[in-house]
Amino acid sequence: MAFDYDKYIRPGKLPHIWCPGCGHGIVMKGLIRAIDTVGLDTKNTAIVSGIGCASRLPGYMDCCTLHTAHGRAAAFATGVKMAKPEMDVILVGGDGDGTAIGGNHFIHACRRNINMTYIILNNKIYGMTGGQFSPATPTGAKASTTPYGNPDPAFDIAKLAIGAGATFVARGTSFHANQIDKLIAEAIQHKGFSVVEILDDCPTTYGRRNKFKSVVEMMNHLKDIAVPVKAAEKMSPEQLEGKILTGVLFKEERPEYTSEYAKVIERAKAAK
Amino acid sequence: MAKKVAFLQGNEAAAQGALYAGCKFFAGYPITPSTEVAEVMSAELPKIGGKFIQMEDEIGAMAAILGASLTGTKVLTSTSGPGLSLKQELIGYGCIAEIPCVIFNVMRGGPSTGMPTGPSQSDVMCAKWGTHGDHPAICLVPASVQETYEEMVRAFNLAEKYRTPVMVMPDEIVAHMRERIVFPEQGELEVINRTAPTVPPEQYKPYDTSFGDVPPLAAYGSGYKYHVTGLNKMQDGFPTTKAEIVQAEEERQIRKVEANKADIMKWEEYLVDDAEIVVVAYGSTSRSARFAVNEARKNGVKAGLFRLQTFWPFPEERLLELSKKVKAFITPEMNLGMCHGVVKGCIEGNAPVLGIFRVDGEPINPGQIVDKMKEVK
Repeated sequence: MAFDYDKYIRPGKLPHIWCPGCGHGIVMKGLIRAIDTVGLDTKNTAIVSGIGCASRLPGYMDCCTLHTAHGRAAAFATGVKMAKPEMDVILVGGDGDGTAIGGNHFIHACRRNINMTYIILNNKIYGMTGGQFSPATPTGAKASTTPYGNPDPAFDIAKLAIGAGATFVARGTSFHANQIDKLIAEAIQHKGFSVVEILDDCPTTYGRRNKFKSVVEMMNHLKDIAVPVKAAEKMSPEQLEGKILTGVLFKEERPEYTSEYAKVIERAKAAK
Repeated sequence: MAKKVAFLQGNEAAAQGALYAGCKFFAGYPITPSTEVAEVMSAELPKIGGKFIQMEDEIGAMAAILGASLTGTKVLTSTSGPGLSLKQELIGYGCIAEIPCVIFNVMRGGPSTGMPTGPSQSDVMCAKWGTHGDHPAICLVPASVQETYEEMVRAFNLAEKYRTPVMVMPDEIVAHMRERIVFPEQGELEVINRTAPTVPPEQYKPYDTSFGDVPPLAAYGSGYKYHVTGLNKMQDGFPTTKAEIVQAEEERQIRKVEANKADIMKWEEYLVDDAEIVVVAYGSTSRSARFAVNEARKNGVKAGLFRLQTFWPFPEERLLELSKKVKAFITPEMNLGMCHGVVKGCIEGNAPVLGIFRVDGEPINPGQIVDKMKEVK
């Protein structure tokens, strides 16, 4: 029997705002399957976002949804999770929202290792405002504000998350749709701050400026550059040139923030 | 039984007042001269199972209290000038999304880093006009340690009652001075909690105006699933650009405060009944003004004090009324004429308004006010 997505989608809120060929819908379906796999109670699940195309995702989900201000998803979500640790909290947003204007909140959520899952939909561009370069735009790429090619180096978002202290970091692509739900499900089940970066595409504002003739070509590009971490172990640096690793990139156990704060409460009560 | 008495600093009293009001969540970022609030909350909240978090920046602290408030928790942040500037976008978010919260802002010199340890009253306009767009504003300006405590309790009540951010803004003198405080007993001061919905979850709308201008707010995780956004929204919380809905919703948000001004506004009139000169003052400056009024009365000058306890909403109607019978108003303040401008704006030119403005980090002393009275013809 086909998977029933409808029971997780708010009645009357579709169609979504995303352009034809955008990868965000593929990620949303992956998130829904992951929520189903883990068995989250939607009444006790908060989905929090910032601003941008990806940040419109929570509105379609039948959960407690919070569409905050640009870049602030991680900080709002930290408030929700701290005040009510029994809730499951999932963050969704784009590369610009999460790593430029929201970069500070992102790295500190990683550092605290607070038990939430952050899904970053990395389409390498600010889509909603019309295609300006983001911290994830490759050097040399064309954007509406880099007409002569992007002079900026790009963040490796997964490495940034690992460096800042996230205890579960995974990467997938919108081409590898069947892997997305598995990565997100594992991230949700991990106790600590988990980051799932999904590379997807913006044909409207990125593709057409960067010589991708079609959405199919962009999807094939994602397929070509993705190398599973296991396979990469057997490859030479030359073979890995221009590739990106996918799968679970990092996982460790470290004290989780709300559990640590529960101990603070115990100590404070004992000292009273 | 004798009431509990203490010798407290304004900032410490603010924290104690917040706890009395039922605050269970604090997020903040270190900033002089308000840090003591965070320090007290970090020690006291975990004792009662509450949560304290020091965020990575001022914006993050504002975001965290808004998120926490949506779980049905009473929330507080504290800051000072530069932090208030940084928080502005999200204060607007709290206004449009109608999320109860209290922002305690100690006024120090500015603009920018200014004079971090010097007193000032130069954030009062920022409290109303700091965030972009039309929005309601409630700002309380206590003048003593005791009043800081009591107004903090009232600030939480107003935030919960009207589902909106409320600011409490003492100047640095009030925040850092120590005075005797008599703690109210449990139950002595009114404590208001937000209205929770009574409709079943499938019928719930977070901005359902059939319940009046202040719709019930469900807590996340209490069985109600709903959407919150900073976009102009419909009654179900989802974004809209429909002209008539946006207009009506914006007007309702303003009306929540404007139509309830009588409940929100608070001021004290001291020897105003027969006064020919009325000093309009707030915060520590009002203490100098009271001294000046007493001195003037000794010399036969009919002076009075109109002490603002609420800066926003501003008691325009009462000042207009007084303007018809007084010779002049005097507005002493630690800024370059913020209250002065508001008073002038509401009295329709009925009386002159003489200003005493200081931004040098020194308090306004009674002598300056007495001298200014001599200029009144």
